[in-house]
Amino acid sequence: MPVRLIDIAAVIRSKNAGPYELTLDIVFTGREWYQRVLAADAIDRSLISRLYRIPEADVLELIPFDPAAAIKITIRRPRVAGDVGETDVYGAQQHAPLLDVVLDIEP
Amino acid sequence: MHHGPVNPPSDTSEIRVLSPTAILGYGFPESSFRAGLERDPDLIAVDAGSTDPGPYYLGAGVSFVDREAVRRDLRHILTAGRELDIPVVIGTAGGSGARPHVTWTRDIVREIAREEGLRCQLGVIHADIPQAALLGALETGDLRRLPPGPEASVEDIVASPHLVAQMGVEPLIHALDLGAEVVLAGRAYDPAVFAALPIRRGYDPGLALHLGKILECAAIAASPGSGSDCMLGVLRRDHFLVEPLSLQRACTVTSVAAHTLYEKSNPYALPGPGGLLDLTETVFEQATDRSVRVSGSRFVPAEEYTVKIEGARRVGYRTVSIAGARDPLFIAKVDEIVDGVRLRVADNFAHIPAEDYRLLVHLYGKNGVMGALEPHAGTSHELGIVIEAVAQNQDLAGTICGFARSTMLHYGYPGRISTAGNLAFPYSPSDLTAGEVFQFSLYHLLGVADPRSLFPVHLTDIAE
Repeated sequence: MPVRLIDIAAVIRSKNAGPYELTLDIVFTGREWYQRVLAADAIDRSLISRLYRIPEADVLELIPFDPAAAIKITIRRPRVAGDVGETDVYGAQQHAPLLDVVLDIEP
Repeated sequence: MHHGPVNPPSDTSEIRVLSPTAILGYGFPESSFRAGLERDPDLIAVDAGSTDPGPYYLGAGVSFVDREAVRRDLRHILTAGRELDIPVVIGTAGGSGARPHVTWTRDIVREIAREEGLRCQLGVIHADIPQAALLGALETGDLRRLPPGPEASVEDIVASPHLVAQMGVEPLIHALDLGAEVVLAGRAYDPAVFAALPIRRGYDPGLALHLGKILECAAIAASPGSGSDCMLGVLRRDHFLVEPLSLQRACTVTSVAAHTLYEKSNPYALPGPGGLLDLTETVFEQATDRSVRVSGSRFVPAEEYTVKIEGARRVGYRTVSIAGARDPLFIAKVDEIVDGVRLRVADNFAHIPAEDYRLLVHLYGKNGVMGALEPHAGTSHELGIVIEAVAQNQDLAGTICGFARSTMLHYGYPGRISTAGNLAFPYSPSDLTAGEVFQFSLYHLLGVADPRSLFPVHLTDIAE
């Protein structure tokens, strides 16, 4: 069953985690959706790699966080924060590709 | 953790910590602050800094927060601290916590103390690390990279005007031991300013630091969240409570647990000075409608005490020009046009070595926000264009930016029918001098034998 991520997440955001990393947080609307996404392994390194057009090796962490019913993904920043060529010093607007994600989850 | 002998807290004792705002100068409603004071806090603490605004502020030695905004917040905090006779602890003064930032904040503190007639002991703790010490540590292997960052280099250390280390709770505890009633610290681990007094009084370091981790962002962990509203933490022997002080907000299990994710790469293991905050056993529970109870967080001391070193070096000078484009023929050809402009610039200034400058063109409405990470190929019906030159000196940056701007304005691309000009400028002058450009040169770990030795405490009268 196709499910839009934006319909089952309360928070989708991005931010620097130090100057070398960009971290993406997906907080689900409830524990049920969180468990179903995990059970389906619907958000994995290959999805993030395709979405951001980066090698899978640059997806540094992908960690479910039970207390918040959330999945945290940390990727290598395309450049050290604030280096010449920077487009987003705080890294706060790099979450947008996640808003388009449609997951295939068993009903 | 180093701290003096203390009596462990009893089952019924508690310590209340008031966090007025996420960053000193971001402000807070007076009504929330008063509500916090009515809860009879034992400590007012505030984190004044962040590396988020980028390398410029550390490198240039200036604050990213406005002076008058900092003065406004500090006046409320300092006068309340003296009225209640409780300590005030401020960390990462001036935004980056290097000597010029601490001095800048110290001047504001003195000004307020004189105006308000405050008398108390002020403890100032600098966080600057001498260049020679870091060069030595690089030599001995005590200055280590923080993956995925690069190794440190002699060149980067020597070129960075301000080198700071993030202090842990130990120097802050030392200042309190010496009798400081207001502590003004340079670069500090964000949670440390909230955790120092509780740890000094014998509270569990894991809970104290986790509480600090939440309070350092004030009401951001509430719902709705805010970086400019107050939060109260109540720490007890085996748990703590967090509660926002505006009735418009509430802490929920989700808002507080989700905040634990914020700005960190791994939510279960949060490394800091001297050890790791381990949240694998942490339990978040709704305590009242508006407060959340947190327990189970543990501090695991590291075998070796390390502090994080930060530095920024100047890489050039910047000039930018902002323009818009609305012509669909121009927009369709914009990539070729940008390439053409680059070629014209390089050709026109062939006598200037290419490595002396960089020309960048940000295309908003295309991929201005995400650059290479942008998955969408589409383009908006209008583009915002930022032409940017970074060069070895300001004159050259102006030359390159100005020439690229005039070239793009009149560039004759194939199929052009709007032959009067390609760009819409909102400003005259169209080119803005943006000054020095810095980059982070150091974000590394330094092993230290004594967590206090790098951070001397200077005690003075607050109004002196």
